[in-house]
Amino acid sequence: MGPAGTGAGVSPPAVPGVRLPRRRGTELVLIVLAVLLSVYGYCAVGLAKNGSVPPGAAGYGAGLGVLALVAHGAIHLRAPYADPLLLPIGVLLNGLGLVLIYRLDLETPDDQAAPIQLVWSTLGVALFIAVVMLVRDHRVLQRYAYLSAVAALLLMILPIFFPAVNGARIWLRIGGFSIQPGEFAKVLLAIFFASYLAANRNALSYTGKKIWRFQLPTMRVFAPILVFWLISVGVLVLERDLGTSLLFFGLFIVMLYVATGRGSWIAIGLLLAAGGAVFVGALEPHVNSRVHDWLHPFASIAAGEGPGQLAQSLFAFAAGGMLGEGLGAGHSILIGFAAKSDFILATAGEELGLVGLTAIFLLYALLVERGYRAGLALRDPFGRLLAIGIASIVALQVFVIAGGVMGLIPLTGMAMPFLAQGGSSVVTNWIIVALLVRISDSARGQLLPDDALEAHR
Amino acid sequence: MTRYIRRASVFCLVLLVALLVNSARVMIFEADSLDDNPANRRNTIARYDQPRGNILVDGKTVTGSRDTGEQLRYERTYKKGPLYAPVTGYASQVYGTSLLENAEDDILSGTDPMLAPLPLFDDLTRSQQPSGEVATTINAAAQKAAYSGLAGRRGAVAALDPATGEILALVSSPSYDPGAIAGTDAATVSAWKKLIRAPSQPMLNRAIRQTYPPGSTFKIVTAAAALDSGVVRDVDEPTETPSPWRLPDTSTLLRNEAHGCEDASLADAIRVSCNTVMAKLGVQVGLKGMVSAATRFGFDDAGVRIPSGVARSNFDTDMDRSQLALSSIGQFNTAATPLQMAMVSAAVANGGVLMAPHLVERTTDAHGNTVAQTGSKAYRQAMTPATAVQLQQMMQDAVEYGTGTNAQIPDVAVGGKTGTAQHGVGNKGAPYAWFISWARAPGAGNAQVAVAVVVEDASADRADISGGGSAAPIARDVMEAALNSADR
Repeated sequence: MGPAGTGAGVSPPAVPGVRLPRRRGTELVLIVLAVLLSVYGYCAVGLAKNGSVPPGAAGYGAGLGVLALVAHGAIHLRAPYADPLLLPIGVLLNGLGLVLIYRLDLETPDDQAAPIQLVWSTLGVALFIAVVMLVRDHRVLQRYAYLSAVAALLLMILPIFFPAVNGARIWLRIGGFSIQPGEFAKVLLAIFFASYLAANRNALSYTGKKIWRFQLPTMRVFAPILVFWLISVGVLVLERDLGTSLLFFGLFIVMLYVATGRGSWIAIGLLLAAGGAVFVGALEPHVNSRVHDWLHPFASIAAGEGPGQLAQSLFAFAAGGMLGEGLGAGHSILIGFAAKSDFILATAGEELGLVGLTAIFLLYALLVERGYRAGLALRDPFGRLLAIGIASIVALQVFVIAGGVMGLIPLTGMAMPFLAQGGSSVVTNWIIVALLVRISDSARGQLLPDDALEAHR
Repeated sequence: MTRYIRRASVFCLVLLVALLVNSARVMIFEADSLDDNPANRRNTIARYDQPRGNILVDGKTVTGSRDTGEQLRYERTYKKGPLYAPVTGYASQVYGTSLLENAEDDILSGTDPMLAPLPLFDDLTRSQQPSGEVATTINAAAQKAAYSGLAGRRGAVAALDPATGEILALVSSPSYDPGAIAGTDAATVSAWKKLIRAPSQPMLNRAIRQTYPPGSTFKIVTAAAALDSGVVRDVDEPTETPSPWRLPDTSTLLRNEAHGCEDASLADAIRVSCNTVMAKLGVQVGLKGMVSAATRFGFDDAGVRIPSGVARSNFDTDMDRSQLALSSIGQFNTAATPLQMAMVSAAVANGGVLMAPHLVERTTDAHGNTVAQTGSKAYRQAMTPATAVQLQQMMQDAVEYGTGTNAQIPDVAVGGKTGTAQHGVGNKGAPYAWFISWARAPGAGNAQVAVAVVVEDASADRADISGGGSAAPIARDVMEAALNSADR
């Protein structure tokens, strides 16, 4: 254990027993490495583009470092047993995202996104600290399940009253700022699902009619969840934000499966998904064209209209090859207006190569795995479901957007967690990491199995 | 619940594996085809990402690069663009490259593996080298003399160093500024359209890409064939040729513009340019001998590269005797580039050995280290040395006493041959004026320069056009410029 782990102000646990080591020193070392890596990337961009270390390097490093250290302090104070990997992964991904956006800013002198992203990142870390400090126990959130659900629905409905941007009605524009409320809604929905499923999982599992091998739940139990789900997905289809819609759907299925353990849910889910896909694909030209682009990414070239976004994205990944062109040395800006947001991964692929991209995927995988691990270690069903839910949000979101920009699945507009430009997204992701920190603190701080079982029941 | 959490985590793992496998598919297995997709602009961007290497004349650059700060960053610029356009060609971001810019593109754009210190390793890392430079054999003074001599009239000049094959001047007129079509903006597009639609064809390199009937200048080839084949043993012996002379197997009479061609000797026939004598000698040499002689000078060779490709000069290989007679005086289907006729003159001046013409002296990397050097090498033995000596004397006489007096340079040995080629339907078009010549500085053993000039000025009065009147003064200026700069 490092020196930070023995700081004053932390009272020893009241209940005697064995707990996992705190590992706060490990976290500090990893944070320092994450900040140094980010600063190194920032300098590499400047050296590649202008042959000199960018003037803001020291400020960037200091800013990121201070944010990370304050967050570390908050964990130290209020979540001493938290998983030591969570915060460093957040810092590294956010730092790398800032580097990539700064790098793309150099190609678009009239559109500087990195400073705004830094402001949002600061706000995100502030909310991270607020969550870690204020939410003393994750089980408190269970009380706000229905409030979360209502808030989530309100947040999703709000953008309908605002003008569409690039074909999707998912933005709130207030003054110079634009907010994507759907980003926050997904965390709120995960809280609601976790709470509701934890309370009703037995009823969902074992009651109701049985059709062939499938055990159906009673309508009384199933109706509220179906209603919330239909409203949320319906709203999203109206807003043409199919990425988020797909994410909600996947989240719903995963949490339902984990809560009830019934494969029939997956079957029903897949049926619903297939039906929805056919329905939406047939009626909605926006989706139709996305599917067409996915199947024929080079069709616009053959038609003499030049490469589309997906083709440009594939070109960028291909240019990266095994080792990448190096930060600042690629041309992913050719992708066009979404290069800093939905397609930021193409810049990572082109400039860091397959090796760098794999490292980024592994960082996400580690984040997800740590969430699942906390879920496994916890004893309370709500905590378990919440941990699995928010970890799955990260996993699904990474898959949907990365698969989309690399031609694995049809493209849906979504933000790569922490990397992509987008204030709502970065703030939400910091809240997700904060919740994982909080949950992992409970999981790792509880007494080890034999006594812990007694303590909780 | 634990079991289901574990299963859900396996699902997440499957997602991760799908992403990793798909990444490898795009970034490794499909990378080559994606990289080479014509719609992928990365190759183009990389190409213009650094200043293009320069083309040098007399050690000074005649090109430059301009940093536009745009995506295709460096744009080609030209100093005295129209003067050197027939040498450099153009390097356009939209329309590609031509001539030297095309032939030496790998060096100039930095992609030539020879530029890399570790060629194989750099090929692996796909890194780009700083651009190399191309030093030409052009003599700036001779080039300027040729260009201002043509003064915008349609025509071309090619000048060679007979002893080495180095091209000293290569001018085509009217010319154009390749800098006007280097960039990507709307002005570039309109400049290009204007150039390709212009009736005067300014982008046609008349010196190496256009063939003309060589007219009487071809008589040098016929004379060489007659001497080498033994048809003529004494250049001063009368040839028993009537004037006019009836073309074999026809009733057509071939006439002379010159006087004193009846029964003239070969020497006199060259000096005053007798059609009858040379046509008859061609027939006497025979088709096989004439084709063989023309081929030794470079006719019918489509593979001449300087390093840009040179249009094939033609001497028909299947003709009856009357056609052979006309071909032997540079009419019928005989056609030659100005460079080809400069090669004829150079072969005579160099004692019968025709050196391979070349435009690039050497290529260097960014630090001036030589990448490749074009050595002088013989192209063909065009005639015997004895024949060459006799032809030299005859060409000198033509300048001293004959049709080529306009090419005289005080105290300098100059040999030349005029030509006036008929063309057009029924020979109604304005004739082309030709002059080929060489010059030897006082006291020098070998000639320093051989020139071919063609002027196709359609606007001039037909009577005024003759090789001696229009073309010889230009040749003289070019030879003088070459000799003077060689002295320095």
